[in-house]
Amino acid sequence: MAIHFELVSPEKLLFSGDVESVVVPGSEGELTVLAGHAPFMSILRPGVVAISEAPGKSQRLFVRGGFADVAPSGLTILAEHAIPLDELDAGLLDADIRDAEEDVADATTDDARRAASEKRDQLRELKAALKI
Amino acid sequence: MPSLKDLRNRIASVKATQKITKAMQMVAAAKLRRAQTAAESARPYAERMEKVLVSLAGALDAGAQVSGLLTGTGRDETHLLVVCTAERGLCGAFNSSIARLVRDTATSLLAQGKTVKLLFVGKKGHDILKRQFERQILELIELRSVRTIGFDTAESIGRKIVGLYDAGEFDVCTLFFSKFKSVITQIPTAQQLIPLALPSEGAATEGLGVYEFEPDEEQILKTLLPRNISVQVLRALLENAASEQGARMSAMDSASRNAGEMIKKQTLKYNRSRQAMITKELIEIISGAEAL
Repeated sequence: MAIHFELVSPEKLLFSGDVESVVVPGSEGELTVLAGHAPFMSILRPGVVAISEAPGKSQRLFVRGGFADVAPSGLTILAEHAIPLDELDAGLLDADIRDAEEDVADATTDDARRAASEKRDQLRELKAALKI
Repeated sequence: MPSLKDLRNRIASVKATQKITKAMQMVAAAKLRRAQTAAESARPYAERMEKVLVSLAGALDAGAQVSGLLTGTGRDETHLLVVCTAERGLCGAFNSSIARLVRDTATSLLAQGKTVKLLFVGKKGHDILKRQFERQILELIELRSVRTIGFDTAESIGRKIVGLYDAGEFDVCTLFFSKFKSVITQIPTAQQLIPLALPSEGAATEGLGVYEFEPDEEQILKTLLPRNISVQVLRALLENAASEQGARMSAMDSASRNAGEMIKKQTLKYNRSRQAMITKELIEIISGAEAL
């Protein structure tokens, strides 16, 4: 059973095709989407999307937040920014962390501050997990 | 009657102008290709986003507290017009046709007694409209330093719009840009951003009752709506970039053609007066010899 998967960033369509499963970094925890998943919508946190197209063939991409939409027709991820994991380096991640730190400092409302500091923590966690 | 030297100078200067317009045309053609691919590759995201928004709006409970970005404030007293134009001129009627649409909209809104505020993205529109609407102008965002228009650029503009909305600065927001149809046709377009104008709702009702949300609808809408505004701004900027290059290309094409015609005419005139002069000199010599 294959599920149709599309990964789009504002600049372009990054992936479109039938895949076996996709691991999505949802805001409440990672989740794997397989064929026949119930209709579902989630916010993404910064993390890694792992696509397995066929047994032994997989791709991993870093996304900086976004949305996942599981519909009967397939899974669509609207990523804020997505790049292949091989191209991700510490500098890029550090820049994102710095941005998030600035957002925390600039935030004027409690809500905004909480959102920004959450994002910063998620990015730090991710950096530790990837060991780069 | 201009002298031969005058004519020669004039031909040389028209030739120099033609060289410039030809070069500009070729540069615009090369940039157009890039801008067009960028505009086309941004389309899927905007389309998917719209689909998600429609299904989300359809799944919301009637009584749910939705963000004002979706429904608006319920009034339409203050209008914010976001005007996207180019940073440079020499591109035909591109800037002025957007400016005309904005001027018409703004004057009719003012005539209805509404308040109008203008936010400019790109210098040219500001140049054209600043005299007439001096008091309505909020801000000018220049894109001169931006090399390639990316999501970051659009996001900073989108954030500014949302910030203004949250501060209660306006009720209705409309985005003005030029839609790229082909190299010779660009359509000045007005698109309403806030409240969100969703396409016909009947289209996306497939199995919506069973949608699950994580964390919940409101949270998702809260992050999705500002992002949608940034995406729409990005789309407008990219369409605009393609339109600008297209307009410049065709404007420069006709400019080079006109210069060519001018050169032809002037050369003909130059040769005629040169021949006339030779004939005159010959007649003078011959009649002088005959007189002896």
